[in-house]
Amino acid sequence: MTEQYQSIIRDGLWKNNPALVQLLGLCPLLAVSNTVINGLGLGLATLLTLVASNGLVSLFRHQIPDEVRLPVFVMIIASIVTAIELSMSAWFHELYLILGIFIPLIVTNCAITGRAEAFAARNAVGPALVDGFMMGLGFAAVLFLLGALREIIGQGTLFSEAHLMFGESARYFKIIIIEDYRGFLMALLPPGAFIGLGLIVALKNVVDARQTAKMTASPTATQADNSALQQH
Amino acid sequence: MNTIQKHILSIGLMLAVFAIGSTSLVVITENATRDKIADNERQTLLNAINTLVPAANYNNDILSDTLEIGPIKALSTTTATTVYRARQNEHAIAAIFTSIAPNGYNGKITLLIGIYQTGELAGVRVIMHKETPGLGDKIDERKSNWITQFSGLSLSNPKSSKWAVKKDGGQFDQFTGATITPRAVIQAVKNALHYFEQHQNTLFEQRPEKHYD
Repeated sequence: MTEQYQSIIRDGLWKNNPALVQLLGLCPLLAVSNTVINGLGLGLATLLTLVASNGLVSLFRHQIPDEVRLPVFVMIIASIVTAIELSMSAWFHELYLILGIFIPLIVTNCAITGRAEAFAARNAVGPALVDGFMMGLGFAAVLFLLGALREIIGQGTLFSEAHLMFGESARYFKIIIIEDYRGFLMALLPPGAFIGLGLIVALKNVVDARQTAKMTASPTATQADNSALQQH
Repeated sequence: MNTIQKHILSIGLMLAVFAIGSTSLVVITENATRDKIADNERQTLLNAINTLVPAANYNNDILSDTLEIGPIKALSTTTATTVYRARQNEHAIAAIFTSIAPNGYNGKITLLIGIYQTGELAGVRVIMHKETPGLGDKIDERKSNWITQFSGLSLSNPKSSKWAVKKDGGQFDQFTGATITPRAVIQAVKNALHYFEQHQNTLFEQRPEKHYD
């Protein structure tokens, strides 16, 4: 059982990361990753939705007829997102005013339908919740990283406008990385998102290739090189 | 009824059950949150108004003392908007209304403008815009204090020719790399002042009436 959880965690965070490997949910990912805070906001909202939708789908997995499972998933996800949006507007109105625009975007995130279909519909509630959490965390981590990358290159800062999410006291979270930076607009515009994500995916592949090379390393260096080549 | 028909029927019924279930979730949440959300929205609107006209300056129920105005050419509004009127002991103090700068770099910029009965600007805030992050979005009060410089200005202060960005010989700063955005906002504020000057009497009419330009 613990082994299953370990593999779920590995899958969500790295091996099968929704943003880097499955390349799902790119529409919201690319749209709101121009600053760290925006990325973090969407990441957290997606995480919450993934956990709730995975939990519900798994709970009803024996009742959902196979032929109409997709419409049922879509209904479940859409109503969860609406319920989250309303609850936030009622009890966390300040936060809602900031994240409000991101929340309907979550419905368009096919990573959520993807996890309902690929995992929650076939597994017990416990693992499904963990899967939702880990996939959400993996997605949020990429959003955070991409947001940081674009914010540093685009405007030379990190955590600017943190008060939008954490309140007035967070106004001073802003870190100026490069003094008197003139800004690089392309990083903040959509092309920057595509290039940035491409770089992160490439980086992940390099790390994976190194890892594989190390794992298959044999006594002679040439053999190790060969096996690394064969792997790719 | 053969087996296939039965099968289809049972699937259809299950789908209906899930539709009812998920709709119920939304209905229950909506019911539980409706009053709280309306309350929050009222409070948010009141806060926005009070950043323009301080609450100490008026004593009427400003959210009820409103006037609906139809689409107004001078304000570039395309739908009916609401004018909020601040009064102190029945005396008109200020009007707060929506105005649109139609020519932003990325389309419309929606402004909330407060003007004192004297013709002096109480303040301007950007409520909605799609300007470029890091460049034109400095018009947003959360990003820079550029927008606050309008408070206290009027059509005679500065004089008409100075209602422009410095690049065009005016007195307002443009942003590095973004001139179109501030230019659009300044023009919209100036238009709103003109509109207020011409329609001041009808704007403060006691009984809410439809008013068309």
